[in-house]
Amino acid sequence: MAEELNVLRTWSSPWGLRVVYALKMKGLEYETILEDLKNKSDLLLEHNPVYKKIPVLVHNGKPICESLVILEYIDDTWKQCPLLPQDPYERAMARFWAKFGDDKLLPSIRSGFYTRGKEQEEGVATAIGNLKFIEKLLKGKKFFGGDTIGYLDLAFGWMANVISIMEEIAEIKLIDAETFPLISAWINNFSTHPMIKDLWPPRDRMIEKYKAIREPYLRKEA
Amino acid sequence: MASNEMKLLGAWPSPFVLRARIALNIKSVEYEFMEENVLVTKSDLLLKSNPVYKKIPVLIHGERPICESLIIVQYVDEVWASGPAILPSDPYDRAVARFWAVYLDDKWFPSLTAILMSDGEEAKKTALEQAIQGLDLLEEAFTKCSKGQNFFGGDKIGYLDIALGSFLGWVRVIQIMANVSLIDESKTPNLFKWDQDFSGHDAVKDVLPETDKLVEFSKFLVAKVKGSGTK
Repeated sequence: MAEELNVLRTWSSPWGLRVVYALKMKGLEYETILEDLKNKSDLLLEHNPVYKKIPVLVHNGKPICESLVILEYIDDTWKQCPLLPQDPYERAMARFWAKFGDDKLLPSIRSGFYTRGKEQEEGVATAIGNLKFIEKLLKGKKFFGGDTIGYLDLAFGWMANVISIMEEIAEIKLIDAETFPLISAWINNFSTHPMIKDLWPPRDRMIEKYKAIREPYLRKEA
Repeated sequence: MASNEMKLLGAWPSPFVLRARIALNIKSVEYEFMEENVLVTKSDLLLKSNPVYKKIPVLIHGERPICESLIIVQYVDEVWASGPAILPSDPYDRAVARFWAVYLDDKWFPSLTAILMSDGEEAKKTALEQAIQGLDLLEEAFTKCSKGQNFFGGDKIGYLDIALGSFLGWVRVIQIMANVSLIDESKTPNLFKWDQDFSGHDAVKDVLPETDKLVEFSKFLVAKVKGSGTK
């Protein structure tokens, strides 16, 4: 039976990108359905009634939600080009750090982005502390997955995508090449990878978008 | 330590620790349980094994620590692959089980604890409504996942049974302390029956904390959290 794969996502969401990159890595054909989050489609509301969020992968009519759950589903279903390592301990580590990225690292980076003054300084300091854990993971490796892009690279894709944009807008420095040589190299290797760069959201649009997101937080402070 | 020695750093009231214990029991894995009194002090071993979060549970397999309860459950399932399966075998069923487990931790458990911990009647009421809504979703999910059998995992307990079942002790506590009904024979009949089947299961019954002990502990916990003025 021909596989039908649809990805409900937005043009910029790093969580949506996790899914399409995974499908590309596996050599799978899919259709993107672009969503306007201010005007969510009936399809999105039907396929993700619990969260009403993107991304949603629809495989032969069946929806799978939550980007990291989707990555595991893709890896479980299509065995070529494995995303997760084979060894159970390495798998546990990949899952742990992906979750750390979403639950701890990203919020700390956001706290440096959405604030100013002392609160911003503290946010940046916490984010840098968290990034030090990630720097260690890359020792001796080009990608988190080793020689090739894997689950954890896709899970951390938002770092390559969004951090430099936040740094530029908020005038903060998180990933300094001296302090984080491995993460800096990884960002370059990841974002220029042939599987990755074609779907990379345009930087100028991203800057516009993140400036607009940041504004209400700054007005609140004034 | 021998390379196959298992230690579990945990605490008897923790539902997250319970998940790890049930998974190890399902696979008949022997382990040393090391009780941490985390509200008082954290052991050097805990701080060394989980420097990122400094939290329990931590499973230490040989020399290697594994942290985060759901990650531990999946690890145990994958290492002892010849034992009874915890994750379902079908990829879509696995995704459904994973989805609900994430929902429980990210959305449902915070609303459950907010019933006890939040200040003011309005906040408690909102938390209760959210918790009940979540249980309604899980009641519906049970029908789809169980396929007519006793557990979310079908004829045996699986990943989502463990993820939700670990909270049953606290559900009972909150029902008593807040005088509310969460899992109810008439409103959530599937979950009501499942609660009994799960709680009586061989892999669960000896590690499930006793409700009256948990009620006493919860009074202490609420006082500590509210008294200290920090969350």
